[in-house]
Amino acid sequence: MNKPIRTIAVFCLLLFLALLGNATYLMYVDAGDLNADAKNRRVITAAFSRERGAILVGKEPVARSVPSDDEYDFQRRYPKPFMYAPITGFFSYYSQSGIERSQNDVLSGDDSRLFVTRLVDMLSNAEPKGGNVELTLDPEAQQAAWDGLQALPGDARGAVVALEPTTGRVLAMVSNPTYDPNVLASHDFSAVTKAYEQLEADLADPLINRGIGTTLPPGSTFKLVTAAAAIESGNYDASSMVPGGSSFQLPQSTSRIGNHDGGNCGGNRITLTQAMQVSCNVTFLTLANELGIEKMTAQAEAFGFNSTALEDLGGQARSLYPPTMDPPQTAMSGIGQASVTATPLQMAMVAAGIANGGTVMRPYLVDEVRAPNLDVLDQSQPEELSQAVSRATADELTDMLVATVESGTATPAQIPGYQVAGKTGTAQSTPDRPPYAWFVSFAPADDPRVAVAVMVEASETARDEIAGGTLGGPIAKAVMEAVITP
Amino acid sequence: MTQTGSLMDFVHRRRRGAELFLLLLALVVGIGAYAAVGLGVEGTIPADIAAYGGWLTALVVAAHIAVRLTAPYADPVLLPLVAALNGLGLAVIHRLDLAYEAKGRDNHDFAQQQLIWMTLGVVLFIGTLFFLRDHRTLQRFTYTSGLAAVVLLLLPFLPFLGREINGANIWISFAGFSFQPGEVAKVLLVIAFAGYLVLHRDALALAGTRVLFVDLPRGRDLGPILAMFAIAMMVLVFQNDLGSSLLFFCLFLAMLYVATERPGWLVVGGLLFAGGATAAYFAVGNVRNRFNFWLDPMAYYDQSPGSGQLVESMFGMAWGGLIGRGFGNGMPDRVPYAESDFILSAIGEELGLTAVMAVIVCYGLIVERALRIALISRDGFGKLLAVGLGSIFALQVFVVIGGVTGLIPLTGLTTPFLSYGGSSLVANWVVVALLLRISEQARRPVPRLEEPEPDSETTQVVRVL
Repeated sequence: MNKPIRTIAVFCLLLFLALLGNATYLMYVDAGDLNADAKNRRVITAAFSRERGAILVGKEPVARSVPSDDEYDFQRRYPKPFMYAPITGFFSYYSQSGIERSQNDVLSGDDSRLFVTRLVDMLSNAEPKGGNVELTLDPEAQQAAWDGLQALPGDARGAVVALEPTTGRVLAMVSNPTYDPNVLASHDFSAVTKAYEQLEADLADPLINRGIGTTLPPGSTFKLVTAAAAIESGNYDASSMVPGGSSFQLPQSTSRIGNHDGGNCGGNRITLTQAMQVSCNVTFLTLANELGIEKMTAQAEAFGFNSTALEDLGGQARSLYPPTMDPPQTAMSGIGQASVTATPLQMAMVAAGIANGGTVMRPYLVDEVRAPNLDVLDQSQPEELSQAVSRATADELTDMLVATVESGTATPAQIPGYQVAGKTGTAQSTPDRPPYAWFVSFAPADDPRVAVAVMVEASETARDEIAGGTLGGPIAKAVMEAVITP
Repeated sequence: MTQTGSLMDFVHRRRRGAELFLLLLALVVGIGAYAAVGLGVEGTIPADIAAYGGWLTALVVAAHIAVRLTAPYADPVLLPLVAALNGLGLAVIHRLDLAYEAKGRDNHDFAQQQLIWMTLGVVLFIGTLFFLRDHRTLQRFTYTSGLAAVVLLLLPFLPFLGREINGANIWISFAGFSFQPGEVAKVLLVIAFAGYLVLHRDALALAGTRVLFVDLPRGRDLGPILAMFAIAMMVLVFQNDLGSSLLFFCLFLAMLYVATERPGWLVVGGLLFAGGATAAYFAVGNVRNRFNFWLDPMAYYDQSPGSGQLVESMFGMAWGGLIGRGFGNGMPDRVPYAESDFILSAIGEELGLTAVMAVIVCYGLIVERALRIALISRDGFGKLLAVGLGSIFALQVFVVIGGVTGLIPLTGLTTPFLSYGGSSLVANWVVVALLLRISEQARRPVPRLEEPEPDSETTQVVRVL
């Protein structure tokens, strides 16, 4: 009977080898994935008991862990919760968002770059700590943007994004309505669940960062892209005579589109600068129609449409310029209508690209990552995203936008002593909803240090007042002032 | 007999000193783990470490002395392996008790109960060694064992005894104690199978008709054992005890294969298993669930019935990583029933892959020793008994550890010697006593027959005066 016994022995050996192999796979090879699983409460419970790193804005923490005397050792606190919530996100027992999520490895101390720190902590029996994350935000610009949105009448929904044109640093990012991440970071988990469900159910979507998460028709601010494509085509410059007039006959259609004020833009032939100054629909419908879908798509994509550029935050919506639009839609796209949609971040990138001599920089939020002992682990470097237009084109566009602020529709953004470039926008969605007000600008025009996009989504302000810079202009101005004035 | 070194002439040494040394190492594991639990969870070495360590040492030494007295040639590695696993299990259960206590759960004296069961197990171990001087005695009880096994399996169906716990009707409750008769029945069934097969192996192997590739034995040879097997299987299926039915099926197959030396049985068995498993998948909701949970555990995490337990176990083991979180730094109590079926996930979480591998290797060594005993055993009954007991170990360990780590679908079984569970622990101590008894018989030198003087039988010429 010994032969079958030996066979069985070999079979048992295989069984045990399978167990050993599977245990190795589960506990070593696959462990990283399992630890990263959102359902895994162990990791988060451990994170609650560990001093998580701070998120800093200009050396001041906007999120930090303070000792707590309940069953977890630390409590996450957000000193300026509403203003920074869209960026910091929240750190709750059940999930995380924003920087809390995207920089979780560093903040929790699990990042491989913190390996040495961890080893030292382990050997010295010290409690492991997380690293700190410094953001690019300018606290004054952020405050100005926040105050501006708060000052709007009614329950205004809106967002402000400010970029540093030469680097792509995000200087301000505000979204309204917003929420208090302190509530979600509470250790009273049933209250957290309840609060989260309420926020989720809220029709005003307070959990969405409108700066990057909401796309809306950019309206007249998209005329920057149309003008850029026109100048880049070589057939136009700022002083070229372009068609004005009171209406435009859509191709393949019986519809005629007029200007927002019902006027004729100052004549049947006007300069491109004048068309920009008065935000002449007819001109830009004509230009987009003439340039065609391919050139328009190429220009929009060069500014960042149809992709996402910011890598530091989740929950980004893609700004769209559909390359399959038919000719009437293409014409409509020239004034930021039809299927064109953009996030405030995207429109800020358009402004920043023009301000930076045509070079669009990749926007970023995380400036530095530091170990708990303040050693710099990583310093973000500016990165070119694309050359959207030539420097000459950028200069021409800048001149046109300066003229628009000086004596056009964008006068509310004027800052005494500085040259400001800017453009208003109003976009229709459905007739029963109020239009969206947009404002993009940058300053100083000769040496741009800040580019801003303001979007106000809904407001109780009367329809006819929205057009122009009355809503967005003052906010953009305040943000620019916060950055450029000493 | 010649002295030219045939296997039969190899004289095994007693090796009791080696056993004692290994037992000391096992005690270091058990008592050390207990101290580590205290240090890790409460920050100090437990106050009762001396009493606990003394008790554990007393049990182990008693077992060792019993082996010295009654089975001096027995295998020296089995007892230390078992002692180490039992000691580690006690410490981990104690660790879980502390976690349950901190959580405010009512039941947090599992370790204490387990120690009582271990004591009973060791007593039965010693008793078995003392009263069963030759394992071949058991061969007389072939049919009695079979009948007793079936009766034990049927006990949970009695209305005044049976208790249903977690959907399985495998418990009886008597005078405040709950007991799983199936754990004892499995030992009795091995005895019954071995006794029957050793008598009928030739008939099973040789007489019969050939169908396709397999020589089917005659009905009268296969009948009784098939009936016994079928009853056991049906009972288990009705009790909703998937793990045990799988265990018995494979055990039966392995023993039949060893007895008849016909690999065809493995083919037949494999086909039957595939067929049965497929049928069960479509007919039994529970089986289908288990299979689906295994395929994609994450998808059923939040459901009920769902894979929450399995996923928590996998999370825990992954969280433990290579060297574990250390006692007191993990959350093994997140896994329901961590003290019984899922004890390996508690070990994995707090002691890491290192300890999990050590445990698996310990089990592997136990199986290896059992099969080695089967190889060197001099009688067919002993061989079959040892193979059967070894296979039970191998299968049970594979089914439960494979289930807990997601290698195979989960079926409830205890981890021998580690898991909390009195019936299993006691039965397994008896199994080890039986293995030691068979090994003693196998390793003891063959009684040297009085060799006659070379001339003793030759005709002697006697001078007659």
